[in-house]
Amino acid sequence: MRDRKFSITRMPGFATVAIAAFVLLYVPIVTMVIYSFNASDSVALWGGFSLRWYAIAWENEFVQQATIRSLVIAVSAALIASVLATLAALGTTRRPSFKGQTLIYVMINQPLMVPEIVTAVALLIFFAGIKVATGYTGLLYLIIAHAAFCVPFAYLPIRARLEGMDLTLERAAADLYATPFQTFRRVTLPLLAPGIAAGAMLSFVISLDDVIITEFVKSAGQDTLPTYMLGQLRRAVTPEVNAISTALLVLTVLLLTAFFLLTRKRD
Amino acid sequence: MAMPKHARDGWLLSIPALILLAFGAAGPLLIVFIYAFLEPGDFSGVVWNFTTEAWFRVFFERDIFDGTVSMADAHLTIFWRSVKLSLLTTLITFLIGFPMAWFIATQPPNRRPAWLFLITIPFWTNLLIRTFAILEVLRNQGLLNSFLLWLGVIDQPLQILYTDNAVLIGMAYVYLPLMVLPLFAAIDRFDFRLIEASYDLYASRWQVLRRIILPITRPGIVAGSILVFVPSLGAYVTPRILGGGKNMMVGNFIELQFGQGRNWPLGAALSMLLLVIVLVALLAYVRVTSGSERRDA
Repeated sequence: MRDRKFSITRMPGFATVAIAAFVLLYVPIVTMVIYSFNASDSVALWGGFSLRWYAIAWENEFVQQATIRSLVIAVSAALIASVLATLAALGTTRRPSFKGQTLIYVMINQPLMVPEIVTAVALLIFFAGIKVATGYTGLLYLIIAHAAFCVPFAYLPIRARLEGMDLTLERAAADLYATPFQTFRRVTLPLLAPGIAAGAMLSFVISLDDVIITEFVKSAGQDTLPTYMLGQLRRAVTPEVNAISTALLVLTVLLLTAFFLLTRKRD
Repeated sequence: MAMPKHARDGWLLSIPALILLAFGAAGPLLIVFIYAFLEPGDFSGVVWNFTTEAWFRVFFERDIFDGTVSMADAHLTIFWRSVKLSLLTTLITFLIGFPMAWFIATQPPNRRPAWLFLITIPFWTNLLIRTFAILEVLRNQGLLNSFLLWLGVIDQPLQILYTDNAVLIGMAYVYLPLMVLPLFAAIDRFDFRLIEASYDLYASRWQVLRRIILPITRPGIVAGSILVFVPSLGAYVTPRILGGGKNMMVGNFIELQFGQGRNWPLGAALSMLLLVIVLVALLAYVRVTSGSERRDA
């Protein structure tokens, strides 16, 4: 066996820094999770194990409404974004490059480039005008805003999937007298499905996490879970916020695991 | 001039997404641009008179009584703090992130996905939750102070929260995964035989790092730096929670103009300025990376 000292990939101190950084990355999250089971009123003093704050959060009417609102927005935004992103991905891949293609790329990825606070301010002004003009103050504004910034997150995995797809299958279908629609419905779409599912899941997570744009676009009484938590942070913090955070964290990890399994299948 | 069929289909399929983005993202930016050239309304909103006053007020202030013009120190302080904290965040995340990425990339292939997953979880976890988690650690009675007290380094808790340092620690914490992932991608592609060759030619470890590894992984370094610098500069949640009211960054100052400040044109001008800085950084990134790809070819 080769002496560790002569390993060409070894850099002095790198492993130590890396392990320490991984530990530091998880210490705050783990602490937060532990204190969500705190029996006392404090986020700093341990008073024994209890599910008390989960029960309190569960029964809190504001938390209930914010949760439902967050889910409605995230599901709608993920659906809209993944359908539109699928169409756009079909339009911009696997064909000779055409005039304006770069413009389409830039437009689709634009939410990733503009600082979120700037988009938030822009939407505040734009929707404030529409709210005054139409009198409608419902959830649709939040759904539109969320769907828009989810489009690039849905587009990327769908496009990656399309580009890795075998073109011969579709040609074979066409050779066997399938109509273009049949080919799409029976060949392209099933092959593309994992990419679309991955894109929809990323969109869902991104929408569920959003704070800034939601904070600026929402009308009075339209708190989502993150904006509710942001509001709570201004007051005295109780382990209730830890409990909500932990629940969201678990949801994210579950979705992420599913995402990994979906995208790994390709190899 | 007729459009070729593939181009027409491409556009038709993309149009629904483009319409959504036009209403939900890009279009409203134009309104912000216009608002930056209008007069502020009495309570909020704007008065439709063209003026460059908002831009003037970004950099200068006029004395209410004698009309003398001076630099807007408060604004410059906020801008300087944002740029300084963003650059420091980028530097810190690089110094920590490079060894992390190196460590992951040099793990045996069967263990690599697990380490990557460990860095991906914080990456996808709500920014608010992570900021909240670090808030708990930085508190006076928090983990960090308890640890330092236990070590005996300090004899009373340090006031870390609501300072620039808290914002810096928080931003480095929440944006670290954004640095590690592109660095990993670059190191993963790295041809380790080059290191072997350098050692055969009597290079020291430092020389290998300085002359071989860093130049070759530069696209990853630039990508990671941009990915950290851009959101840091526009950060809103982290400085708001960890910096308290006094340690504002540009993002919070913009919000103030649309809230209590009631000066929408000034807020719009500040937003445009922030956008321009970010776009310049992104353009520089595109030029640097496309340049290096040409060299590789």
